[in-house]
Amino acid sequence: MTGEVLAEVPPPRPRRRWPLLGLLGGGIVFFWLAMAVLGGLVAPHDGGRIVDMDVFTPMTAAFPLGTDYLGRDMLSRILHGTRYTVGVALAATLFASGCGLVLGMAAATRGGWTDMALSRFLDTLSAMPSKMFALVVVAAFGSSVPVLVLASGIIYTPGAYRIARSLAVGIDAMDYVRVARARGEGTAYILREEILPNMTGPVLADFGLRFVFIVLLLSGLSFLGLGVQPPNADWGSLVRENIGGLAEGAPAVLMPALAIASLTIGVNLLIDNLGAFRRRGGEGA
Amino acid sequence: MKSNALLRMVAARLALGLLSLLLVSLAVFAITALLPGDTAQEQLGQAATPEAVAALRLQLGLDQPGWLRYLRWLGGLASGDAGRSLVNGQPVAALIGARLPNSLLLAAATAVVSVPLALAIGISAAMWRGTAYDRGVSMLTLSVVSVPEFLVATAAVLVFAVHLRWLSALSYVSSIDSFAQFIRVFAMPVLSLCCVIVAQMVRMTRAALIDQLRAPYVEMAVLKGAGPIRVVWSHALPNAVGPIANAVALSLSYLLGGVIIVETIFNYPGIAKLMVDGVSTRDMPLVQACAMIFCAAYLFLVLAADLCAILSNPRLRHR
Repeated sequence: MTGEVLAEVPPPRPRRRWPLLGLLGGGIVFFWLAMAVLGGLVAPHDGGRIVDMDVFTPMTAAFPLGTDYLGRDMLSRILHGTRYTVGVALAATLFASGCGLVLGMAAATRGGWTDMALSRFLDTLSAMPSKMFALVVVAAFGSSVPVLVLASGIIYTPGAYRIARSLAVGIDAMDYVRVARARGEGTAYILREEILPNMTGPVLADFGLRFVFIVLLLSGLSFLGLGVQPPNADWGSLVRENIGGLAEGAPAVLMPALAIASLTIGVNLLIDNLGAFRRRGGEGA
Repeated sequence: MKSNALLRMVAARLALGLLSLLLVSLAVFAITALLPGDTAQEQLGQAATPEAVAALRLQLGLDQPGWLRYLRWLGGLASGDAGRSLVNGQPVAALIGARLPNSLLLAAATAVVSVPLALAIGISAAMWRGTAYDRGVSMLTLSVVSVPEFLVATAAVLVFAVHLRWLSALSYVSSIDSFAQFIRVFAMPVLSLCCVIVAQMVRMTRAALIDQLRAPYVEMAVLKGAGPIRVVWSHALPNAVGPIANAVALSLSYLLGGVIIVETIFNYPGIAKLMVDGVSTRDMPLVQACAMIFCAAYLFLVLAADLCAILSNPRLRHR
């Protein structure tokens, strides 16, 4: 939900922190990023092949995460699905944060009319709950990877814009920016050399947060059967197709859900650590 | 004089809310009706003769310019006529009318359970901030908000329906005769929704109250010798009512996202399930009407949150 941007005013994190948790988060995120690229190669089986006569088998040595509702190897299916969950969300986040950053900096430095028009337009976009926007888009255009990337990218652009704009407005008022302007530097130089480097930390943290929102949104859509379409499957679709195994507590339904949880919690832990890093850097705020 | 200015401010917010709703309706219509191309062609398929397509286009009014179709659609919505379902030909208003009370009941039950619970946890966590209790609450709520809603719901099914066998995993509203049945039917969906909402609300309530507890007047009260309970209840809490009401309204808007997942999982015959079915069969009039209802509810809650903030904050009142 785009309201999350407003609602999710980062709560004061506990002062005492364990750098270990940040490392753990980084490790989890790195692992899933690697699996997004290599998942298909390291998977023990072909994700689509039926390898076991039994369905919803518990964890065994042959099938470490059990088998799914057709008797396919769950580990392989999760590894194959990583590409969709991580890849689509990453593309959408890059889109949202990229657009937000560019538009936000443009609004902050140009001010006046540009700022007004952009802010009003993006506010309208965020007047719709994110799931609702996604459902409407999927109803209109059907569900495909490009539609999912664009839809979730557009949904989370206003939030990224608002953060980038307020950061850039703050930095734009700094003395060193005024000095650079008095020196006669052009707008492009000021944006690239003075403003952008000073907002990296918060923008990266926002990137991570937005990635989490998008992963949750896309898995929710897939869970409803409106996200990544068969024969491809992301983790949300894996939970959906194996929901029948819930009554038996089959790992086939729990494991993909846990994979999503590990990814989002991992990113959150990593962001926490980025925050500590940022404070050490004397960014203030 | 003062109340006049306040009234004007509230009226301005209301007008802004209505304007947002209008813009949202424009966006919904543009996405569903104008951008995707020719509905008539799509409905009849590639094999249709050009004559048949042209006839259907005329019948659906697709030969008219977009803005006219938008105005007609908006007028229909405003007068309660949302068109007919493309799938079964029934009036959309009747389909929604049959489901809406179920969803409202679910939302009301969830709000009644989650608001007091969240306030109690949030306020106590803020009072004992920094303790093991507070850290536990923070950790737990952070994990709940960072996992998908369907994980919370499936975990709830696993624990309460599969392992403990207290509740049934599916809910059918048609079979309510007694209070006990009501509890059985509603417990699982309400419980799952509550997990999500309570986590949000606790985090925001705690943050709002801690914000007040950091203010200089609280330090003054502590220096005067007021005990921790007195500081929170007589000093900080009255000032935090606005931010907390704001947090409650904003958290309740998460209901709208959560309810989509929860109604689908438990096969609950509410309006969110209706909309998801409409999306998978691409039943545009139904999707449009449901989307507008959800967006209106969302804007209403955000507006309520804004108004709470205005009405309780003297500084905002006099700006």
